[in-house]
Amino acid sequence: MKSTTSRRSFLKKAATIGGGLVLGFDWFSTEAQTVLSSLSKAELLESTSLNAYLSIAPDNTITILSPNPEVGQNIKTSFPTIIAEELDADWTKVRVVQAPFDNSRFERQVTGGSGATPHSYKKLRKVGATARQMLIEAASKQWNVPVTECNTESGFVVHTSGKKLSYGELSIEASKIAVPQEVKLKDRKDFKLIGKRVKNVENKNIVTGKPLYGMDFYREGMLYAVIQRPEGFGMKLKSVDAAAVKSMPGIVDVVTFKNNVAIVGKSTWQLLKARKALKVIYENAQGLESTEDHNKIFSELMAKPEATVRRKNGDPEAAFKNAAKVIKSEYQCPFLPHNPMEPMNFFAHVKEDSVELVGPTQNPGSARSSVSKLVGIPESKISLEITRIGGGFGRRLMDDFVVEAAELSSILKAPVKVIWSREDDMTGGYYRPAVRYRFEAALDTANNLIGYRLRGVGINAGNPTRENNFPSGAVENLLIESTEHRSPISTAPWRAPITNFLAFAEQSFLDEVASATGKDPVEFRLGLLNKAKTAPAGPVRYDIDRMIGVIKLAAEKSGWGTKKEVSQGFSVYFSHASYVAIVAEASLKNNKPQVSKIYAAVDCGEVVSPMGARQQVIGGIVDGFGHAMFGKLSFKNGVPEQNNYHKYRLIRMREVPEVEAHFVDNGLDPTGLGEPSLPPTSGAVANAIYKATGTRVRNQPFMDEAPFKIKASV
Amino acid sequence: MAIYKLQINGQTKQVNVDPDTPLLWVLRDHLGLVGTKYGCGISACGACTVHMNGQAIRSCSIPVAAVGPAKVITIEGLSEKGDHPVQIAWDEVDVAQCGYCQAGQIMTAAAFLKTNPKPTDDQIAIAMNGNICRCGAYHRIREAVKLASTKA
Ligand code: FES
Ligand code: FES
Repeated sequence: MKSTTSRRSFLKKAATIGGGLVLGFDWFSTEAQTVLSSLSKAELLESTSLNAYLSIAPDNTITILSPNPEVGQNIKTSFPTIIAEELDADWTKVRVVQAPFDNSRFERQVTGGSGATPHSYKKLRKVGATARQMLIEAASKQWNVPVTECNTESGFVVHTSGKKLSYGELSIEASKIAVPQEVKLKDRKDFKLIGKRVKNVENKNIVTGKPLYGMDFYREGMLYAVIQRPEGFGMKLKSVDAAAVKSMPGIVDVVTFKNNVAIVGKSTWQLLKARKALKVIYENAQGLESTEDHNKIFSELMAKPEATVRRKNGDPEAAFKNAAKVIKSEYQCPFLPHNPMEPMNFFAHVKEDSVELVGPTQNPGSARSSVSKLVGIPESKISLEITRIGGGFGRRLMDDFVVEAAELSSILKAPVKVIWSREDDMTGGYYRPAVRYRFEAALDTANNLIGYRLRGVGINAGNPTRENNFPSGAVENLLIESTEHRSPISTAPWRAPITNFLAFAEQSFLDEVASATGKDPVEFRLGLLNKAKTAPAGPVRYDIDRMIGVIKLAAEKSGWGTKKEVSQGFSVYFSHASYVAIVAEASLKNNKPQVSKIYAAVDCGEVVSPMGARQQVIGGIVDGFGHAMFGKLSFKNGVPEQNNYHKYRLIRMREVPEVEAHFVDNGLDPTGLGEPSLPPTSGAVANAIYKATGTRVRNQPFMDEAPFKIKASV
Repeated sequence: MAIYKLQINGQTKQVNVDPDTPLLWVLRDHLGLVGTKYGCGISACGACTVHMNGQAIRSCSIPVAAVGPAKVITIEGLSEKGDHPVQIAWDEVDVAQCGYCQAGQIMTAAAFLKTNPKPTDDQIAIAMNGNICRCGAYHRIREAVKLASTKA
C-alpha cells in the first residue's frame, strides 16, 4: 500500500529545539490535503495548518498530541494506537496528551456521528509510517548501510547484522531527514497493536479519582453559578424576586439575562439551597404542549393526505390497490433526555479582549464560534480546553451550556463555572425527538411483498426516515414520506439519531410481514436482499453482501431456529457505514417476558481496538435495550414530568441481559462503531417478546405495553 | 456556618460550612477531593459513594453535621498507590467508558467485597444495582468485581 504526501504543503524545517524528531500533521484534514512536517514545537504552535504532533525525544519518550474530545469512546487510546502501530513503537513508552482547542488550527474537533476513526484511519497510519521511515534513514546513514538492510522492532531500528539503535538515539538525526513523500504501510497480518488488546491510557487516573472532568475543574478565584431556566418549554421569564436569595450565605449575586436567572456564589451547595428561595414567575409565550397534545398531533399528521416525499419507486398506489393482503401498523416513541452521568457544566472567563473556556464539549469548534459571536471577540482570542467528558450521547454537540457560561462571565466580569443540577440537565435541555411511524405492506396472492409504504411524523425531528436504507431497493413499489410538527420543545441528536427508533419500528414491522407470509424472519430478509441484488428497485445505498454477512453470522452464532427453551427475535440494521445484526432471546418469567441474552454480529471493517470496540458495541446494546424498556420523558403543559432518576428509569445491572458480540474479520477500512449496535437492538428484543407472548410491543417504553402489564402468577 | 473536624482518608480535616451541607459538596468544594462525583443528589445513582466506617454510603445525602468522628474514605484514599484489588481489577478489565460513574462503582464494590469476599454473579448484581452506569459498562463492572474477589 503506497501513500503520498503533498510536497507543496511541507513546511520549512527548522532546527529542533532539544526535542528530537517532531512530526506535525493535521489530524482532521482529508487524505489529499494531509500536511506532514518535521519541525520544532514552537513552529508547530505557530503553524496554521497543523494541529497534532508526534514527537520522539532523545530519552525514547514518544508523545502524541490527540485533539479529539473523549466521551468514553476510547479515542484517546485508539488513535495513538494507530500511529504507534505503523511507527513500530514500544507502546509502554507512548504518552498521549489531550490537545487544547486554543487557536484557529482546529477545524474539525468533533465527537459525533461515529465518524472519527473512519475519517482518520489511513492518515494516522501514514503519520506513524513516515516517522518510522525517517528513523530508518537516519540509522542507515549513521551505519553507512543501505536502507534495505534496516528494519524496526518495538522502538529500535535494527540492522541485519544485529546491531541496533533506539528511536531516542536516532531522534535528532531523524529530524534532519527530509520528510519522505511516499511511505509503505504495514500489511495487516503484521499488526501488533491494531486489533490487539491495548488498555485505556486513562485507566489509572479514573480508578484513583483524578480531576479529569469539567465538573472537577477549579480555578483560584472562580465563582460558581446555577441557573434557573424556564421550567417549561414555551415559557418566558416574567418577573424575579431574588431579595431572599441575595442575603443568603455565600451568595455573591443574582443576575438575570435572557430567560435565565443565575445565582452566583462561592460553593455549589449554597447555590442549590439559595435556589429554593428564588421566586420566579413565567408567562406562556409559545403555547405549552403536553404529551396528549402530541398524540393528537401525530394522528392529525398521519391523516393528512400529503407529506414530503423522500423516496418513491414504481407505483405504490397501484400495488396497494391490487394487493391480496395489506398489513398496517403504527409505532411510536417518546422524547428522551440524553442523561449523561456528568451533568452539563462549563467554565468561562470573558476578559477585555480574550476568552478562556474550559469544559466538556463534543463540539468545541461550534462552541467557540458561538461564544465569539456572542461576546464580539475573534475566535483566535478564545482558548478552549477540552476536559474528559462524562458522557455525551449527542447532548454535548449543543452549545447552549457553553454560551450561557460565557454570557454570565461577561456580565459578571469574572471567571465563573456554571453547574447544572441533575434536574436542570433532565428538564432544561434537548431531547431525542418523539416520532410516530406508519408502515404498510402490500402482499400478492403468493405472499410476495409487492408494495411498501412508510410515513414518519416527528416533533422537531426533521426527516425521521432513512429513505435509502433497507428495505429500499428490495421492494418494487415503495413510498417513503415524512412530515413534522414544530414545537417549542428543543431536540438534538441522540446517540444514533433517528435510527435509534426507526430501526426498531422497521425491523419489528418486517417481522410482522414475515409472520403474515409464514416465512422465517431470517429467510424473509435474505429473500429481500437477494431481490435488491438481482433486481434492484432504484438505487441501493447499502452493501448487500455485508448485510447478508452479518445476518448469517448472527444466525449461526445464536443457533437461530434451533432452540426450544427460548424465543428468539431477529433484527439487522445499517447505520454509520456499519452493519449489525442482533438476535435477542426471551422467555416468560412470572408470565412476563424476560430478555436473557443478546447476540450481535458486527461488520465495522477493521477493528482497531478490540477492547474499545467490544465496549462500544455492548454499551450500545445495553443503551438501546435499556431505553426501549424504560425510557420516557413526558410533558404536562410544557414541563417535563420526570426530573431525576427516581422518576426517570435508567437500566441497572440486574436488568442487563448477557451479551455476546462477534465481529466480521474482513480488513476493510474501519467504519463507525459508537452508534451502530444501538439501532437494531430493540427491534430484535420486540420480536423476541412477540415470540414469547404472542403480543406485539409497538410503543416505547416496552414497560408500559401490555406484555409487561400482566399480573404475575405467583 | 459551623466548624467541623472530619476524619477523611486517615487525616483530620477542618471545614467551616453550613450544617446541612452534604458530605459530597464538602469533599468536592471545600476539600478539593473531586474524585467523588455528583450524579443526582438524591441517593438514586451511586456516583457519590464513599465509605463511612467501612460502609458504602451516598455522600450526597449525608449532611456534614451527621458525619461526626466517623472514618470517611473516598476514592482518593482507597489505597495509597491506586493498587487496591478493586482498582487493579478495574484497570485489568478496562471497565471505564466515560468513567464518570466509576469512582462510585469502585467504592460500592470495595465495601461489598469486604462483607462478601466470594460473591456469585447474582449477589454482585444485587450489590451493584444502586449504581447507575449510563455508558452501560455493567458487564465489565461485574467481571471486574469477580476478578477483584480472586485478588483480595
Ligand atoms: S449523587 Fe449521590 S446517589 Fe447520585
Ligand atoms: S462509564 Fe460512563 S457512566 Fe459509567
